[in-house]
Amino acid sequence: MEQAFFLLLSAVAVGAGLLVVIARDPIHSALALVACLVQIAALYVLLGAPFLAVIQIFVYVGAVMVLFLFVIMMLDVRKEAQARFLPKAPLPGLIVLVILAGELIFLLLQSARLHAVMGPGQPVSEQPPVAELSLLLFQEYLLPFEVASVILLVALIGAVVLARSDEADKNAAQRKAPRGAAR
Amino acid sequence: MIPAAWYLILAAVLFVIGAAGVLLRRNVLIVLMSLELMLNSVTINLVAFGHVLQDLRGQIIAIFIIAITAAEVAVALGILVALLRNNHSLEVDELTVMKG
Repeated sequence: MEQAFFLLLSAVAVGAGLLVVIARDPIHSALALVACLVQIAALYVLLGAPFLAVIQIFVYVGAVMVLFLFVIMMLDVRKEAQARFLPKAPLPGLIVLVILAGELIFLLLQSARLHAVMGPGQPVSEQPPVAELSLLLFQEYLLPFEVASVILLVALIGAVVLARSDEADKNAAQRKAPRGAAR
Repeated sequence: MIPAAWYLILAAVLFVIGAAGVLLRRNVLIVLMSLELMLNSVTINLVAFGHVLQDLRGQIIAIFIIAITAAEVAVALGILVALLRNNHSLEVDELTVMKG
């Protein structure tokens, strides 16, 4: 039963992933990526990590992909997407891809150390280990947790500074200037 | 019970698809989305190994990856908006402002 679920979810995930790369319209790509990420969240549930699945849906589908869709709709990039793939000489990229795929297949099939680690798979425990997860996160990994929050803050400030236009600054300056002159 | 190798194969397939998007597409938005796909495939690997080894650190690292990805996407989309405002195109080949 679990295996059937896995096959279904992974088939949809791979199909949606292909659609991300193949689709002509960026909005179709974004929606396909949303579908793919939801399938991956379901796979996390199969792996006994329901908390991570919820985080995945909240952060990726709820925040990141909505941000993507906002940018796509705000900037009117439809005409940019007419040409789909790189026009000239995608040969180096293709060669790199073939080498990458072959290497991954070879490693997955041949590596003895990997096969020593991988058994037939563990059963998923009935009680999800969220309590242990939080203890580990807030005790042993407290410093990385705080550093991650600082990184998020810096990214927030950076995004605001980058996306603010110079004209907005000029308008604000002009609006300030007459008020000072009137006084 | 699902063999752990299945998860690794799925992650490898998704990683190669994402790499194809990064290397072959010419729209910056699609390249960013393909990067998301590659990051997710790596996260599947981490969680699968954490499940097989019964170690929660895989999930911890996955949570950190998701947080850092959110920050990365915010900055990347900010750069993209700034590029479009300065009348640059969205094509990867033509973004040579930094003479790359």
